[in-house]
Amino acid sequence: MRYLPHSDLEIQSMLKTIGVEQLEELFIGIPENCRLPRALDLDGPLAEAELLRRFQSMAAANAADDSWSQFLGGGYYDHHIPAVIDHLISRSEFYTAYTPYQPEISQGTLQAIYEFQTLICQLTGLDVANASLYDGASACAEAVLMSLRCGRNRTKILLSRGVHPRYREVIATYVRYLDVELIEVPLRADGQTDEKLVAELLAADVAALVVGYPNYLGVVEEIDALAKLAHSSGARMLVAAAEPLAMALYRSPGELGADIVVGEGQSFGLPLTYGGPGVGFIAARQQDMRSLPGRLVGETVDKDGERGFVLTLATREQHIRREKATSNICSNQGICAVMVSIYLALLGKNGLPQLARDNYSRAAYLREQIAALPGYSLPFSAPFFNEFVVSCSQPAAEVLQRLEQQKILAGISLLDDYPEIKNGLLICVTEQNDRAQLDGLVSALNGGAA
Amino acid sequence: MDFPEELKYTEEHEWVLLEGDLVSIGITDFAQDQLGDVVFVELPEVGDRVELGKAFGVVESVKAVSDIYAPLAGEVVEVNTELPDAPEMINTSPYEDGWMIRIKPDDPSELEELMDASDYQDFVEEE
Repeated sequence: MRYLPHSDLEIQSMLKTIGVEQLEELFIGIPENCRLPRALDLDGPLAEAELLRRFQSMAAANAADDSWSQFLGGGYYDHHIPAVIDHLISRSEFYTAYTPYQPEISQGTLQAIYEFQTLICQLTGLDVANASLYDGASACAEAVLMSLRCGRNRTKILLSRGVHPRYREVIATYVRYLDVELIEVPLRADGQTDEKLVAELLAADVAALVVGYPNYLGVVEEIDALAKLAHSSGARMLVAAAEPLAMALYRSPGELGADIVVGEGQSFGLPLTYGGPGVGFIAARQQDMRSLPGRLVGETVDKDGERGFVLTLATREQHIRREKATSNICSNQGICAVMVSIYLALLGKNGLPQLARDNYSRAAYLREQIAALPGYSLPFSAPFFNEFVVSCSQPAAEVLQRLEQQKILAGISLLDDYPEIKNGLLICVTEQNDRAQLDGLVSALNGGAA
Repeated sequence: MDFPEELKYTEEHEWVLLEGDLVSIGITDFAQDQLGDVVFVELPEVGDRVELGKAFGVVESVKAVSDIYAPLAGEVVEVNTELPDAPEMINTSPYEDGWMIRIKPDDPSELEELMDASDYQDFVEEE
């Protein structure tokens, strides 16, 4: 493949062939106010070495080098990525693999996805997981649709205000033209979903109760009590985990009574890359297996009795079932799911809980230090994992701006998503934040130098 | 290929049996043979309504998924609860163990619109 754009001469000849005068005519389908009325403002060609220098100097303007410290969570988490992940997924067998429809030539890809499904089941404490979805938000919306399929004739969804705000927006988009009512369940003063209100709102027409694990404010929800309530009225308990590492510290959602667990797998070996690509996961109980969206890999035996892997239950899918498919998703995040599999297998049964405890203890230390500062308080008393909310004495945006001067990205302002929290600031801590960074943040928040 | 005389048939390959004021419904021997091994059935619940010509359930085999259409309108009074766990009964015994639902028809005269065994046999041979 040549990396050369078309010459003017070639463009003219192509336009002539299809009977068009101007290149712009090809874009008339795009509303005029969405079109750039001028050519892109790009400099001329550069030699490779100059080009590298140009991009290095541009990249240096990012707050991404080692001199910055950051405490940003909110759905994407800065965890260490072991070098072996990049090395393994750079094998062409993984990164050039196409959809594994043909088991005869796709055993490697199929087994990698099967391992992913197995690991997700172990993590979530559920029976069956699919081959992955695009990201946490769309996985959550797919799970809502799934709960509507499982709960025949039920048309209401109780959606905790603690669920990631972007997830809630995506759910609203998915159900906008369906006969479905989304009902928001407020949070209690301690940051947990209000159980009393859940009990009042649950009815025979509610398909699912959706809560976070932990919720967007870092708070660990009482999944078991909520699940009991949901089950008592025949609704599915749906748990959305933006930071699934928490499952390695706390009891798994499946153990606590969740029926469907979805989440974002970015924490497990994927870089932040400005918020994507991520990798969504969804797991469910055996009873709801046929309502799962997307691709599933199963283990079987070949004619000689040897273990092998195939795409299974494909009759749920769009290419077979047309408009009656469980979802219009017929794909998965192959390479990202493999990264997650490698990460989870590498850390293993002992490593993952250790890492989770490490995240928790760093967060607990920082939380305590900040709470002791004048002008800062902790609005929520409920248990947390590696993220927590601080109320500041001035707007969070001002605090953030001040700390940026000291090369600290101190967290996320909650003003837009949770205006009811006074000057709310969401702070996240992972194993990437060392003691010096934690103490530096405390000192900077207190008005001193980092 | 079996075409029991006492049954009525639809062009969608469902069979219908009138017993007293109730009607049993399933899919025909020809239909199960075309589908191949049935692995999953989705049926309505007791108390649901079925509408003439509208899908009331789904039958899934190793090679295809098909809707099952209601031969007449009515209310579901009984569902074969053994089928979900033993869907292969549709292959082994389509007219007996493989029955799907019993309904109380709104208008039993709708039965007269359906084919009898010999009409259905001709219909299948043309397929």
